[in-house]
Amino acid sequence: MAVMLDLAVQGAQMIVVLLLAPLLTGIGRKVRARLLRRRGPPLIQPYRDLIRLLRKEVVLAENASWLFRVIPYLVFAATWVAAALVPTFQSGLLFSWSADLIAIIALLGSARFFLALAGLDVGTSFGGIGSSREVMIASLAEPAMLMVVFTLALIAGSTQLSTVAAFMTSSDVGLRVSLGLALFALIMVAIAENARIPVDNPATHLELTMVHEAMVLEYSGRHLALIELASQLKLLLYVSLIGCVFVPWGMAPAGAGAQALAIGLAAYLGKLALGAFLLALFETAIAKMRVFRVPEFLGAALMLGLLATLLLFVSRSL
Amino acid sequence: MTLTLALSSIAVLPVVSLLAIFGGRSLATTRIVYGTSLAVSLALLALATTHLLGTGPSLSTMLPLGLPWLGAHFRIDALGAFFLVVVDLGAAAASLFALGYGSHEQAPQRVLPFYPLFLAGMNLVVLADDAFTFLISWEFMSLTSWALVIAHHRAGDNLHAGYVYLVMATFGTLALLLTFGLLAGPDGGYGFAQMRAEPPSPGLAAMVLILTLVGAGSKAGLVPLHVWLPLAHPAAPSHVSALMSGVMTKVAVYGFVRIVLDLLGPPAWWWSVVVLALAGITCVMGVLYALMQHDLKRLLAYHTVENIGIIFIGLGLALAFKAYGMTAAAALALTAGLLHAFNHSIFKSLLFFGSGAVLTATGERDMEHLGGLIHRMPQTAFVFLVGCAAISALPPLNGFVSEWLTFQAILLSPALPSWGLKFLVPAVGALLAMSAALAAACFVKAFGVTFLGRARTLAAERAQETDSISRAAMIVLAALCLIAGVVPGLFIDALAPVVEGLAGERMPVQRGVEWLSIVPIAESRSSYNGLLVFVFMVLSGSLAAFAIHRLASDQLRRAPPWDCGYPDPSPRTQYTAGSFAQPIRRVFGTMVFAASERTDMPPPGDQRPARLVVVVRDLIWEGVYAPVAAGVWTLSERLNRLQFLTIRQYLSLVFCALITLLLVLAIWP
Repeated sequence: MAVMLDLAVQGAQMIVVLLLAPLLTGIGRKVRARLLRRRGPPLIQPYRDLIRLLRKEVVLAENASWLFRVIPYLVFAATWVAAALVPTFQSGLLFSWSADLIAIIALLGSARFFLALAGLDVGTSFGGIGSSREVMIASLAEPAMLMVVFTLALIAGSTQLSTVAAFMTSSDVGLRVSLGLALFALIMVAIAENARIPVDNPATHLELTMVHEAMVLEYSGRHLALIELASQLKLLLYVSLIGCVFVPWGMAPAGAGAQALAIGLAAYLGKLALGAFLLALFETAIAKMRVFRVPEFLGAALMLGLLATLLLFVSRSL
Repeated sequence: MTLTLALSSIAVLPVVSLLAIFGGRSLATTRIVYGTSLAVSLALLALATTHLLGTGPSLSTMLPLGLPWLGAHFRIDALGAFFLVVVDLGAAAASLFALGYGSHEQAPQRVLPFYPLFLAGMNLVVLADDAFTFLISWEFMSLTSWALVIAHHRAGDNLHAGYVYLVMATFGTLALLLTFGLLAGPDGGYGFAQMRAEPPSPGLAAMVLILTLVGAGSKAGLVPLHVWLPLAHPAAPSHVSALMSGVMTKVAVYGFVRIVLDLLGPPAWWWSVVVLALAGITCVMGVLYALMQHDLKRLLAYHTVENIGIIFIGLGLALAFKAYGMTAAAALALTAGLLHAFNHSIFKSLLFFGSGAVLTATGERDMEHLGGLIHRMPQTAFVFLVGCAAISALPPLNGFVSEWLTFQAILLSPALPSWGLKFLVPAVGALLAMSAALAAACFVKAFGVTFLGRARTLAAERAQETDSISRAAMIVLAALCLIAGVVPGLFIDALAPVVEGLAGERMPVQRGVEWLSIVPIAESRSSYNGLLVFVFMVLSGSLAAFAIHRLASDQLRRAPPWDCGYPDPSPRTQYTAGSFAQPIRRVFGTMVFAASERTDMPPPGDQRPARLVVVVRDLIWEGVYAPVAAGVWTLSERLNRLQFLTIRQYLSLVFCALITLLLVLAIWP
């Protein structure tokens, strides 16, 4: 019976992340529009877009291969699994031990690997430009992310997100320089990974400035819907991750009752809304940078992460 | 019994080689040679696997071969059995692949006699139990593989590759010869058992470590001793390339592990500093070199260098933990290194087979002349994609498991008391993370440019799917990549006796863990379940597919590519291997390769086209090898005069030499 309940909560988490992901994007767009003194689309616009895309026919390039048609499902599956493994409203879920934070990062890496292949499949120059820039960004963002993971793992003594979250709510944490550095690095990586301003602009179709959009340029219909949903899930994943590790308060512990779950869910929604608001605020306040500025931006993130890890290695013996 | 059977199976191989010499160039000879090699490898594989899993006692035997007062000692223990598995799994796959691929060979008589001998050499290195047998087998392995490298000696740069390989192999063997000389001591105990019983003094042990790093490291491809590898591995026929890259480098790893972790006694802490620093540099340099290549086989060869770096990171960490008596952590690090050696032998062989299939189908190794092969060779493309995903350490495949274990070992290292390691290990961790990301970039490029997009030449457009036997070999390896990734616990348990013998402790038993996940230390600390990740991915992917095909539109229309409204019909406007790597070249290459771009713009009125000139320099070759080669050349030019002396001068030369020697003897205490 307990297993059934655990399964139900795990299933609920999978559905919750899937349902909330477009909403997060919607809130972000709305806030951004208001900050620019526009009215902005309604909050449910991303859902409408997805449904519209699902209803449309797929226009496939003549020389697209079978891989091109499989990749949206692969990308979506990998991102969804990764997003469902990050604790959101409750930690210590039934399957949360099946992949630790390193494995979650690697799952996102799988999604990116296949998406970059999709960019090369049709053989257009825009797809190529998107793919090659994406892997360049990833080659710096992934090590920076892993350095953040190292920092968290060394502080909490674990790479399991549930354990890390539990540790962060306990009183053993204290204020640490490493944690501050790691938070900065994580935010920078999250911005780059989600193709947000200043690294990439999700709203643009202005040829040479785009990275992510260039890769998926040839997709349409249901394929595009899946890819859009996957990137919304990825944004949700990063907001949940920052929430789970740095603001873990309110999250229900493993095996909690209905009341704790309700509080957890409410806290989670609050964190998402706050995350979307801050992201929109940041995006309106900053300009997009040139592609070859991005390595400097991410190099800074990598150095911050490395510094945080080094501090921990060194301070262990003091 | 196992050992006798193993040795007698190996004895079949030279006979096959003789048969190949007299068999002529008929297809039947090819079939017989590769068929027998396959059978022998499978037999050896079965023997080694039963020995490893049965955890029987180590067996040894002595054959009256070699030096009359020494004989040839052979022994199979857990470590030997594990590497015998690696060697013969790779050998069996290569022989199976060659049953199909070998029939396309233009000059079979240059390949067939050496192939079984090469296999025999690799097997004997792993089984050798005295320095003499080890070195003879090692050199035998080097020379037979050299003969295979120059099998197509007229093509391209192969002779040069063979020359560099020969020089480096001789140099490496020389270093190993000195290693064993130091290990044996003045009494000349050449058996491994005697060496193990009397470890050398710390000073000598340090020299042994450095010499082993040179000897085994040059064969494995540690930077900066890797230069021969990307020349020689691609030059050989593809199944031999797979063996050299996937298996022979592992034999070198075996040599390092056998000498440093087994024979050399308790390690000093600074050994690991040397190994880890070299390994970290090897990782990133290997993959950056690989990214700059546009020759598919050379890219794969350079990428072997990166993976050797990952393996040596595991081994270096094991040394560090062992030096401080942290046996549980040493067991984890060693398991990570050895498991990566096993995994790499699988997916690197698979990728080289794939490149061989492409070579047969198109006659091209240059990616800039390929493209769109996924339409013409769908099955090869699929298995090559599996190999690419595995080598890029993507879950749920096997490459991820061993890298994950390495990361877990790195996370245990703050407990190490030495300051040098405290600063080095996080840096090595960052280098490993960076090389993992760059590896993914490298294989997006390798797969994307070769198999995706539009065909860049007529040859690529007219490619045919490769034969079924070759495909079977690749499918078997691709399946192994998935199995080793999904149930890694079984493989970790199989490694336990090896690790226990070397590190003094084993990793916790994984077989009984719920849901077949792997738990290196404790579940609250870290765990990974490849099976569940795989099942979840399959479930959620098929759920999405099911939902979409039930609820959404399933209409599909083929149309010209969109490309923002400006599609160009010429396949030359696609991204090429060079342009794909351009952002990474600009970020990393300016420092590592002194890469520069220059636009060569003709003056107004000049009719010639403008050109973009990209210069990528190999600083290691220019900084280390070119000066040494130039020095040797100058010296030999000088010494050349000694050939043209008169008889009087020769006599006085001999006389002077005699006087000097006598003086030395007189002064010598």
